[in-house]
Amino acid sequence: MSQVHSTDVAIIGAGPIGLFSVFQCGMLKMSCHVIDALPATGGQCTALYPEKPIFDIPAAPNINALDLIERLEKQIEPFKPVIHLNQQVTELEKIDDHWHLSTSTGLQIQARAIIIAAGAGAFGPNKPPLENIEQFEGSSVHYMVQKREDFRDQCIVIAGGGDSAVDWASSLADVAAKVYVIHRRDRFRAAPETVAQMKALAEAGKIELVIPYQLASLEGEGDTLKTVVVKTLDGDERRLEANHLLSFFGLASKLGPINTWGLDILNGLIKVEPTTCATNIEGIFAVGDIADYPHKLKLILSGFAEAAQAAHAAYRVVNPGQALNFEHSTTSGLPTIEAAD
Amino acid sequence: MTALTFIKPDGEQVTVEATNGATVMEVAKENDMPMLAACGGSLACATCHVIVDDAWYDKTGEISEDEEDLLDTAHDLTHTSRLCCQIKVSDALDGMVMTLPPMD
Repeated sequence: MSQVHSTDVAIIGAGPIGLFSVFQCGMLKMSCHVIDALPATGGQCTALYPEKPIFDIPAAPNINALDLIERLEKQIEPFKPVIHLNQQVTELEKIDDHWHLSTSTGLQIQARAIIIAAGAGAFGPNKPPLENIEQFEGSSVHYMVQKREDFRDQCIVIAGGGDSAVDWASSLADVAAKVYVIHRRDRFRAAPETVAQMKALAEAGKIELVIPYQLASLEGEGDTLKTVVVKTLDGDERRLEANHLLSFFGLASKLGPINTWGLDILNGLIKVEPTTCATNIEGIFAVGDIADYPHKLKLILSGFAEAAQAAHAAYRVVNPGQALNFEHSTTSGLPTIEAAD
Repeated sequence: MTALTFIKPDGEQVTVEATNGATVMEVAKENDMPMLAACGGSLACATCHVIVDDAWYDKTGEISEDEEDLLDTAHDLTHTSRLCCQIKVSDALDGMVMTLPPMD
């Protein structure tokens, strides 16, 4: 695991713009590694709207978000990008004339230039803003269920009103000592059958629906949860004795470590010079939704163009002093490049 | 023009002039308010959550089931919580006051 990968360009984010950045870099014979926090490529296209049609991609009158990602992957295949999923870039530092990246899984990459195509940031669980929640994470507070058996004979509070909350409430009712479901309203965003099943279990006394309540605070000792305090909008409070909280509020994106690298960031967006997508730090470029400049349009279309601008600017950083012959793909064809190691 | 007042998480009040027909989210972003509005108004997130002053809430219009669904994923909700990408600026909102929840 101590191997350090070496590449011309490291691209942070494997959404449509990150993927197309591989293409643009590849056309200039630069090798790429791509890192993404999600378990699949595609960014928001995959995580938020895979089945939705997109109408404003040139020459693709109507394309599903997932299809767009598949086609981009096919388009970049000749350039042999190395894609690292399920991990977030946690550290970025300049060592001599290259950048050194470390990820949350311990991966190490050395690159001459960095292209940040991180959209709205890395996707992770949408955590409720409870003051001491981190204290209980991992032992008493969970954002996913790994093993149902872990909850045998436990008292569980499930918070949320979507599929995960509803499905796990029914499933865990069998093994847990007590299951509370906290939701702010009577309507659940889940398949009617699964909601009906959960409500039947509630009538049979296997689940207690705590509606309309929101999480208010957590109490416990060390990493052991004892009480989940919930409140209505009018301030009525209930104290639920429970040793586990399952929090299911979907995904949220966060810039996370990117905030700490000294980039010029306002409201989650990185300021760039629009003709090169250069950030305030030499050798770091930003493209796509995360890149900001006056009159920016947050369109996939704009992101594709930014990827081209950034790749050409990055060429000067990766190959200092070397001529850059501007060529159309009709002239150059697809250059062959060595895969990064 | 319509005047809108945002109360930032740190308590600072900012009054801005808004163009009728724009969404309140667009006005907030134009004026660099601390708001993520990650999905850009396509009803795919809840990061433009605002708490509308009681006196104005009824004037902000109907709340759709899609918006309610997304509010399920917001935190610190109140009786007057809205996703401000769903509120269109009009003369009726002249003087409206909203509080922005802390950005996580």
